[in-house]
Amino acid sequence: MILLKEVLSKYPKEQEYLIEILLEYQTSKKNHYISAEDVASIAKYLDIPESQVCSVISFYTMLSMKPKGKFVIQVCHDVPCFVNDSTSIYDKLAELLGIQDGETTKDGLFTLEITECIGRCNESPVMRVNDSVYVSLTPAKVEKIIQKLRGDAK
Amino acid sequence: MIQMKMITNRFGKINPLSIDSYINLDGYKGLKKALSIHPTKIIDEIEKSKIRGRGGAGFPTHIKVRALSKQLGGKFIVCNADEGEPGNFKDRSILENDPHAVVEGMIILAYATGASKGYIYIRGEYQNAIKIMKATIKAAEEKKLLGDKILNKSFSFKIEIRSGAGSYVCGEEFSLIESIEGKPGRSRTKPPFPTEKGIHDLPTLINNVETFANFPHIILMGGEEFAKIGTPSSTGTKLISLSGNVKNKGLYEVPFGTSIRDVIFKLGKGVKNNRKIKMVQLGGASGPLIPEYMLDMSIDFDRFENFDSKTGTGAIIVIDDRFDLFDVLLINMKFFVHQSCGKCAPCREGHVQIVNLLNKFINHRATEKDLMSIENLANVIQQTSLCGLGQTSMTSIISSLRYFRDDYLSKVRY
Repeated sequence: MILLKEVLSKYPKEQEYLIEILLEYQTSKKNHYISAEDVASIAKYLDIPESQVCSVISFYTMLSMKPKGKFVIQVCHDVPCFVNDSTSIYDKLAELLGIQDGETTKDGLFTLEITECIGRCNESPVMRVNDSVYVSLTPAKVEKIIQKLRGDAK
Repeated sequence: MIQMKMITNRFGKINPLSIDSYINLDGYKGLKKALSIHPTKIIDEIEKSKIRGRGGAGFPTHIKVRALSKQLGGKFIVCNADEGEPGNFKDRSILENDPHAVVEGMIILAYATGASKGYIYIRGEYQNAIKIMKATIKAAEEKKLLGDKILNKSFSFKIEIRSGAGSYVCGEEFSLIESIEGKPGRSRTKPPFPTEKGIHDLPTLINNVETFANFPHIILMGGEEFAKIGTPSSTGTKLISLSGNVKNKGLYEVPFGTSIRDVIFKLGKGVKNNRKIKMVQLGGASGPLIPEYMLDMSIDFDRFENFDSKTGTGAIIVIDDRFDLFDVLLINMKFFVHQSCGKCAPCREGHVQIVNLLNKFINHRATEKDLMSIENLANVIQQTSLCGLGQTSMTSIISSLRYFRDDYLSKVRY
């Protein structure tokens, strides 16, 4: 985990860099979220009101003030994936993890989300796990991926 | 030969992370030629090429370029790589396979317009493309193609990469500008247009990734030669993102004027399991739904204008007869409920009501009055929304009311 100070020191003190700062810091955090204390430090650094930082976080779906799992799984459910049976992918994940869209497993390992197009429609159905994209999925493939992620977490 | 590889010519032939492999395949030749020409002559070539924006709307590029060039003082050039329209992956493909082509196009345009700073705004989901573009900028700086005194001319230009953070509306130009300023991506009222007042209220020119990748070709072959490709109203080639229920999903490059049917059946090898086509969605979630009998339509901005939408992105989503019209409409409309920025009422409230009405049809509870309501509301949203999101989101509803009216009528309770 990187300290917020280290992230901030890379950027000029201008609001232009707010989203870049938030994304970089959030990605580095285990629970992929920006805490109230983080908001206060970032606002102070950029010399803008905390409310402005919060309004940016709440506007953009990739940013969150709620802790998420170690692995954030996002299943695409737009038309190109839907017509290639993305429903079966989501159902398999929900069954394996015992959670629904927007929820996090009790062990804090996985968050499941339905997401918008990730631009890999030529290899649909697809999902993202943190920054990695998995393509041409089948329920069997999904099972293996989850097994592997569980193993990686140990 | 249906395909014509101009923009995709280097795909797979070069190592995208090696500037030398780009240079060895005619890379930065367009820039070198451009720097020997007077800036106004470059804009003349762009006008002669008759190129229109590849982001979807198909606006004549030279008008924006000339408008920016006439502005004095600081100005910006932005490459819009916020490719969030479902069914599109052509911009990502360019960034990942031939990243220097985009940078070269931006430098040419900066020289032509006098801009000294550029941004590439890439959607946050495209992590790989972001990494590649950051490395690309660095490599170009090391070769003195970016920075101060480019190729020893008295011309300076810098590019910064900006990441989106999961907001579809930021592909809209003013939302994108707000986002670059570090704010929520909520659009502004036009006019003034971005070429008058954009980032930090300075003149800003925004073009799509594919548009920028075309500039080196226009300079190298000359505007008139470029205009011979395609059709009189739509010149050059178009990248097509083909997806859905086709055998060979993928990215294809064809000259404008190619028929949609040829793309689906000759390049995509037809529908999987030889099923029938129920409908095809053009452009993405904000594009029209058309029936099988309209597939002989050619890929051409003038034809697309009939739909009043961003059809020109070049996405073709094939949907076979296992699927119901309302499945597709509901996904599209829920998408817009989520993506509306909430600034204007028609878009913020309208999409919610459209979803409610669609659910009535799906549950066979709709009446003739609901059919009238959905038609009226769709037109209100389209005509009164502040930005391109609400102005185009209703295209699938409006087109399906025209071409799939029986599907609606079969669900109406009398």
